[in-house]
Parts: sequence; structure tokens; C-alpha cells
Amino acid sequence: MQSYLFETEEHSALRAQVRRFAAREIAPHANEWEEAEEFPRDLYARAAEAGVLGVGYPESYGGGGGDLSHVVVACEEMILAGRSVGTCVGLGSHGIAIPPILRVGTEAQRQRFAAPVIRGEKISALAITEPGGGSDVANLRTRAERDGDHYVINGSKTFITSGVRADLVTVAVRTGGPGHGGLSLIVVERGTEGFSVGRKLKKMGWWASDTAELVFENCRVPAANLIGDENAGFIAIVMNFAIERVFLAAQCVAIATLAYQESIAYARERQAFGKSLTGFQVVRHKLAEMATRIAAARALTGEVVTRCLRDGDGPALAGLAAMAKNTATDACSFVCDEAVQVHGGYGYMREYLVERLYRDARLYPIGGGTREIMNEIVCKTEGY
Amino acid sequence: MKILVSLKRTADPDNANKVKVAPGGAKIVTDGLEPKVNPFDEYAVETALRLVENGKTRIAGDTVVVASFGPKEAATNIRQSLAMGADSGLLFTTDDDSLDGDLVARALAKVVEAQKPDLVILGKQAVDGDSNQVAQVLAETLGWPSATFAMSVNLSADKKTVTVGREVDGGVVKLTLTLPAVISVDLRIVGAKAVTNNVTPAAFAYNDGPRFAPLPMIIKAKTKPIAEAPLASLGVDTGLKVRYTGFELPAARKAGIKVKDVADLVERLRTDAKAL
Repeated sequence: MQSYLFETEEHSALRAQVRRFAAREIAPHANEWEEAEEFPRDLYARAAEAGVLGVGYPESYGGGGGDLSHVVVACEEMILAGRSVGTCVGLGSHGIAIPPILRVGTEAQRQRFAAPVIRGEKISALAITEPGGGSDVANLRTRAERDGDHYVINGSKTFITSGVRADLVTVAVRTGGPGHGGLSLIVVERGTEGFSVGRKLKKMGWWASDTAELVFENCRVPAANLIGDENAGFIAIVMNFAIERVFLAAQCVAIATLAYQESIAYARERQAFGKSLTGFQVVRHKLAEMATRIAAARALTGEVVTRCLRDGDGPALAGLAAMAKNTATDACSFVCDEAVQVHGGYGYMREYLVERLYRDARLYPIGGGTREIMNEIVCKTEGY
Repeated sequence: MKILVSLKRTADPDNANKVKVAPGGAKIVTDGLEPKVNPFDEYAVETALRLVENGKTRIAGDTVVVASFGPKEAATNIRQSLAMGADSGLLFTTDDDSLDGDLVARALAKVVEAQKPDLVILGKQAVDGDSNQVAQVLAETLGWPSATFAMSVNLSADKKTVTVGREVDGGVVKLTLTLPAVISVDLRIVGAKAVTNNVTPAAFAYNDGPRFAPLPMIIKAKTKPIAEAPLASLGVDTGLKVRYTGFELPAARKAGIKVKDVADLVERLRTDAKAL
């Protein structure tokens, strides 16, 4: 059964709605948008109208209510029925950009920055990684100097999902001294003087989502855009990471499930040596191994969600979220690789979905914290 | 205004190719297929909701009640309509196999007597049996006016009549019915402006298709009432009048041929297909 242990009838009703939206609004255009490396901007509004975009956000900010468990199943259906990982992650970039604003921002900031994004009127992005360093968050170098009631930002960010089109970007900046104690989060709006998109980056996968390099040159941002206290940004960034890793693990489970389903369908249909591929034990065992890895990844991802809902997303969750991310990314990489293998020559062709999923899968052991950083987090939480 | 909508659950129509025929052709086997709301019934719910709305807001005092016949699990399908916006559900429990169009229509007539709706809206047919009987038999049993295969519905400002558009060969027939009445709906009824009630502004356009149920509505639906009672409690004769004598799968389609050009096509149509 392709569902999480925590699911109730409510989740399956939500799945049905999201499935219908994704099958109707995304799947028919999946290849076209991936090849064009962009999806139409009005998809945000349509997703919001259908109640898909706001899942997991409070109704008071235009969201649909629900919690992490609802976000995870909605995300899975978007990928399974939408069949375009790039579109789903682009459409979902607010999932990392908005939570810090809701968590540590003021009520005015939530209404001004978060609500229009949740309503699908504006696009948001989160900018942490810099050309000179990604994993080493505590040493990021983009500076924001206080000047009266403004901050003047200088520096650059890279690998920013939805950065090309974003109307507002939640940016990690250095407002204080070196190390994690000198970091802050600030919202920079499109059109602010000194803020520009350096270039749109070409990627291995996730084609339908745009990825940008962002440049800040004497960019003056009102001090009112500072999210949370000055120099207290690191904890907000880290808390956000833990949840992002759950999202990434859930995406991996969904992508692997999709690649597995495609492989079963192909193996049933494809004939070789007078029988279908499923008639060969070597292929059946491949499928069984794929199913097993997915089940394990799903179980651990589901456990993180359940624990998060039960115990809160405190520091104790970070280790398990890191384990889940590594388990799920490994399962996804393995399953997508085997899916290409089951498809043979066709699996190497762009017209087959598994070829694209194989490329999409490669992001996950890197993005949102590398596999190696995940292991460092596990070491810390395990106490050695 | 009170509207009653009937709802049937059918084996997942998106996976109809997985339906099997039992050995001997005694019945259809739908094992492993998720029961879903018959699509035409979903359109009926959408129609009812549009009639009791002023654009995006509900008209106070108007209600939509959804009734279904089937096993206890059918409550899930009713709840889906509640998540779309219907107010309450009625589930009359019985086996799916112990129903036919005639029994459902007579049972619905009893429900109508108890609920006293101003309008009954049904899907034109269920996509499993495609019998297309319930609306017609129900209207006859009640002695109410009816219009089937509605592609448009306009509720008059005084809420005393509905004008129903029906697609027929060569055009659209419009029938005006005095309420209470029975309507069965076709696919086009969920077009952006197919349903009008003289309250929702003429400029307002719905999204095509039945609406999405957002998460808050899904959560709210859990608290809406679904009254459950055995089918027998309606006091209808539960004997079946429709008997199925056998089922068989249609013959597998043969591969087509490719023609060179129009001349070849015409030749093939004349000689092979004998269509010209």
C-alpha cells in the first residue's frame, strides 16, 4: 500500500483532491514544462484556488490548515499524479521560504510577506547557499550593515530555487561577527535597488523549476524586513532545515514510488525471449528490491513525521530527520537507477519518464544539506 | 430551498480496464478497485451547490442533502460530498449487489417523502451499469415533473421553477419545470456558467468541473452529520426486478492499418470497411 502509517480518511480525501489537481493541471504539460525549464506563473494561483498550495499553513494567512502529515501526502500526490518533479518543487519553494517568517516574524510581516505567497499571488524563495560555501552555513559571507532604518546588503547567493521569478526572498545574511552568532534572516523584495538575478542556472535535473544566482550590491532593505531578532537567524535557519529534510525525504519516497510504478508497468508490457520482463526472476527480484527500499524509506520518513507531530520539531528531531533524508535519498537513487536498468535502452531516452526521474534523483543527496552533513548531524545528536 | 442529491459509489472509473468478469460470466469482479463517487453524481452535487450559492458564499437557509445506498463504507464517499459543501448525508445500508435501479428509485421516493426537498438532482447514470433508470422511475413514482440529461439549469428568481437545457440532435431543448421536480445531469452541467440561480451575479464564472475540496472543508466534513439506517427501514419492497443473465468482456480490439493517402483511405473504406 502506498501510504504512510499515520494516514487517516482525512489524508486519503486530501490525496484524492491533490491527485485530481495534479493529473489535470500538471501531468498533461509535464514534459513540455520540463523541456522549457519553466512552468506558467499562473499555476501558483490555480494551485492556491484548488486549495493545494496552502496545505499546512494556518487559515488566518490564507492557508488550508493541517500539519506536516498533510503537507507530506499532498507533496507525494503532486509528484505521483503530476509526473514533473521540477514543477512540484518550483511550486513548493514557499515550503522553505515562508515557515521562518511564520515562526519568528511579526504579525505584520506574516500578513505582508507570507499571506500573499500562500494565496498564490507572489512567489517566494529561500536564499542561504553562497558561491563560496553551502554546507558551512555558520560562515556565510553576505553582509548586511545597519544604516539608520535600513540594512545595506552586499554579497551573492546561488542555487536558489524559484529565485529567478521570486517576488520576495528570505535571505540569510551576516549582521554580526563571525560564526553562527552573527547571522540574521531578512526579506528582500523584487525590485529593491541593488538586488538582481545574476543568471538562471542550467541543471542536471529539476528542469521545470528555475534556479538562480542572486546578487546584492549595496542593496538597501528596510530594517522592518528583518525576520526575528538581529543575529538570532541561525536557530531559525537550522529549525527550518529539519523540516526541509522531511520534505526532501518525502519527495524521495514519492519519486522512487513513481519510478517503481513505471518500472512495473514497463516490465509487464515489454516482451523479451517470448515472455514479458516480469516473467524473468532477475527482473522480478529487481522490482522486489525496489519495493523493499521504498517501504523502508517510507517507514522512517513516516516515523519522523509522527514524532514531529507528537513531540514537536525541536532539536531532538534533527538527527532522525537527517537519517530519514539519507535513507530516502539512497532509496530514491537506487530505485531510479534500477528503473532505468529495467527500461533498458528506453530508460536512457528522454521520452521516458524514468530517464528524467534518474536525473531529478541526483539532487537529493546534495540539496538541503549533503549526505555528509546529514551524517555529521547524526554524529552530533548521537553524542560522538 | 432544499435539494436532495443521490450518490452511488462505483469501482474506480479511471481504472475501468481492470474490471474482470467472473468465470462463467455470472458477475463483474471489481476487486482491488477503489470505490469512488460516480462522476455524474459528483456533477449532481456540484449542480446543487451552485444553486444554493451566491458566487462563493452560501445562501443562508438553503440546504443540500446527499443520500446513498450501499455498505457502511459508502459513508466515505458521502463525506467527500460534504467536503465539497453539502450539509448532511443519509446512508441506507445494504449490499451493493442487493440493489437495482428500480429499488433505488422507489427507496429514494421514500426518502423524498421524509425529506421534502424542492428539487432532486441525480447523475444521468452510473458509469458501472450505465442503466440510466433511477431519475425517470423516481419522477414517475413521485408523480413529479422531470428533465433528464441536463446541460444547463436556471432556477427562477422566485424559486418556483427551473429551466433545464437538454442537448438533442440539432440543438438544445429548454424545458421549464414547476418545483418540486427531478433533474438528472450530464457532463456539460459543470461548465463555467451552466448553472444559474438569479442570485449569483451573471459575470461570475465557476471553474470547469466539480470543485476541489480544500483541506479545511475536508476537516469540517468530519463533523457534518451522516444519518445511517438499514435500507429496510424505509419500508420498501427490497425485491430486485432487474436480473442480469450474464456478462462477457468485449472482444479485444484489433490493430488498425495505416493508409498511404486519401485515395487509399477511400478505397479501403469502400472495399474493406464497406462504409461507402
